[in-house]
Amino acid sequence: MKLSGSEIIIESLKKEGVEYIFGYPGGAVLHIYDALFAAEKIKHVLVRHEQGATHAADGYARACNKPGVVLVTSGPGITNCVTGIATAHMDSIPMIVISGQVSRQYVGSDAFQEADATGITRPICKHNFLINDRESIAETFRKAFIISTTGRPGPVIIDIPKDLTDPKVKINFEYKKNIKIRSYNIKKSESDEKIKEAAKLICSAKKPMIYAGGGVILGKASNNLVKLTKHLNFPITNTLMGLGAYPSSDKQFLGMLGMHGTYEANMAMHDCDVLLAIGARFDDRVTGDTNQFCPKAKIIHIDIDPSSISKIIEVDHSLIGDTKQILKKLLDHTKHFKKDINKDALSKWWRKINSWQKKKCLSYKKSTKVIKPQSVIETLHKITKGKSFVTSDVGQHQMWVAQYYKFDKPNRWINSGGLGTMGFGLPAAIGAQLAYPREQVLCVTGEASILMCIQELSTCLQYGLPIKIITLNNRYMGMVRQWQEFFYEGRYAMSYMDAIPNFAQLAESFGHIGMVIDKPKDLEKDLTHALSLKNRLVFVDVITDETENVYPMIMSGKGHHEMHLAPSANEDIELA
Amino acid sequence: MTTDKRHIISILVENEFGSLSRIAGLFSARGYNIHCLSVAPTSDDSISRMTLVTYCNEAKASQLMKQLYKLVDVINVKDLTDETHIEREMLLLKVKSTLKQRDELKRLTDIFRARIIDVTDTTYTIELTGPSEKILAFIDSLGKIKIIEQVRSGALGISRGSESLEIKK
Ligand SMILES: Cc1ncc(C[n+]2csc(CCOP(=O)(O)OP(=O)(O)O)c2C)c(N)n1
Ligand SMILES: [Mg+2]
Repeated sequence: MKLSGSEIIIESLKKEGVEYIFGYPGGAVLHIYDALFAAEKIKHVLVRHEQGATHAADGYARACNKPGVVLVTSGPGITNCVTGIATAHMDSIPMIVISGQVSRQYVGSDAFQEADATGITRPICKHNFLINDRESIAETFRKAFIISTTGRPGPVIIDIPKDLTDPKVKINFEYKKNIKIRSYNIKKSESDEKIKEAAKLICSAKKPMIYAGGGVILGKASNNLVKLTKHLNFPITNTLMGLGAYPSSDKQFLGMLGMHGTYEANMAMHDCDVLLAIGARFDDRVTGDTNQFCPKAKIIHIDIDPSSISKIIEVDHSLIGDTKQILKKLLDHTKHFKKDINKDALSKWWRKINSWQKKKCLSYKKSTKVIKPQSVIETLHKITKGKSFVTSDVGQHQMWVAQYYKFDKPNRWINSGGLGTMGFGLPAAIGAQLAYPREQVLCVTGEASILMCIQELSTCLQYGLPIKIITLNNRYMGMVRQWQEFFYEGRYAMSYMDAIPNFAQLAESFGHIGMVIDKPKDLEKDLTHALSLKNRLVFVDVITDETENVYPMIMSGKGHHEMHLAPSANEDIELA
Repeated sequence: MTTDKRHIISILVENEFGSLSRIAGLFSARGYNIHCLSVAPTSDDSISRMTLVTYCNEAKASQLMKQLYKLVDVINVKDLTDETHIEREMLLLKVKSTLKQRDELKRLTDIFRARIIDVTDTTYTIELTGPSEKILAFIDSLGKIKIIEQVRSGALGISRGSESLEIKK
């Protein structure tokens, strides 16, 4: 088969099973767009800003565990993608970004819309390619998909000069699925011996704790995690990225850990004697002061990425490889050692944990005058029975979703954990909704964050995406205001959102439905109504308490046991 | 925290567009210094070999090795520091050489087994290879002699015996 470079790109994407491309055209990719015009199987989603394309591809990938694909032009097209690529990279999300480049003869001449795409993206991606000849296009695409989706996933950028996509020059096309990249090898699993040792250590615990992160979701290992945790009857916590990996409604689940984690999860971390960390990377928002991190524990770490091991916290035992496989083998081995588990110690440990749970650290003062942001999330959970896909932006609202929307399944919670990118929520919801057209997709956001990618409302109309946007509108960059209240003596520099648009009208002008909810008594009724409007995007502007803060909180430089609870939380329970 | 120590690291990397900047970028992005670096193709010209010297503590060194290995272009890496290995560096030095200084310069080059490779009526250009300490000792020994230009290759390293850095990753 003889094909042009552009046709090779499209055929390669088809061979990889790509259903959607999120993109925006421009001079350097017009040949590719022309080839795409003729392609039937692949649907192109036209965003309104290239950042939106990357977040949408990212949201798609997070929702369905398949790589998201982006197509943008040279120069400003690819520079607009930088934030989205970095966001995906920090959370290890598989993504392929195809960027046009000026023709080879102009590369390096400061040509119109020339930018050094590979140079700019090098530190924020798993790998990148600048294609130099037509013959290597197909192979480069195959390599890009392999690299992006295997091992610890991540974004891969393919920069392709325009002349290589010329429709007039055709070459032989063959797509070899089985290619080897000699410099790229992933360790699949660990030796039985090492897994057995870990199993033995786990079963020797008197105060065990399981700490599982986003690697469990990326590794599709939730089922195995649940089986192991149930089998052992151990307490478990999830990171922000891991929420949903273990069902939140289960009694062994202690909630999220870390800076805004629950009292019981953080206290159990501090007190445990064996910690099993799975697909988690000991992020500073999780560990707090590293010198006080799990001071009494032997730590076992399961991860696909060898460079995660002992990067932040020195661990005692590491199992490197695919989390799903390792968890399965670990379960088999723990069956042999289960008789060694000290049952009395374990029930004593559970009693202690239960006493921490009695603190009810997520309780908050209810109000009939102002809408409490937490109650919005609880109401959403109630209406959707916890089954929605929920994306968020960054700030207080993100933490409240993490705390109060009790995710029971993986891939449902979609947020920018590592980079903390405001503007992520709406485009990510586009990707999630396209991945699951029949599921309810909510975007919970703040009045500041939503404005960062608000233009994507237009994309939603074009593709008829019935996303429900819920702003927790507190008239502040709430998370910034909270830090200014705590650490800058209430000097609210630049965190008040003056001149906020009328979001309901704004949504209407984009062709959607806009609503405002400002009374607690209307909350459930109006939200229920908004969510029942199938086929339409509804923008629900919920006016919330502007003074509310996110609790519990571990201040920076403090240990897990030094957290602050909400002033209203139940203080009279004995600290165990 | 353990103290910083000199690490000499060998890297086999795909001889591809951007490989060098990926490695250099990793050092700056993760806060490591590159004391010196040398790169050239190997007998297989699709592969380059790099020798790199950096100063850091043990924990940072082990993290560095993992980060280097994680780079998709990197085929293999090895920290030669704690195993028996040979290091060589080359120095090219242009010095002022007046009539009075010529004997002294000749004597020093003999002692250090260096070679004078270019002569003008006012300068000598000297070549010296050896471990970095020897290079430094030679430069020190020049005393008042004026150095016009100094070029060092940076250290090259190879392990002793039959050990070799494998291509298989
Ligand atoms: C692109 C970007 N710029 C700045 C920040 C810093 N930041 C973190 S939270 C926040 C405020 C977010 O305000 P809002 O969207 O209203 O959410 P709230 O905290 O009020 O719920 C800011 C500015 C960020 N995370 N991302
Ligand atoms: Mg706000």
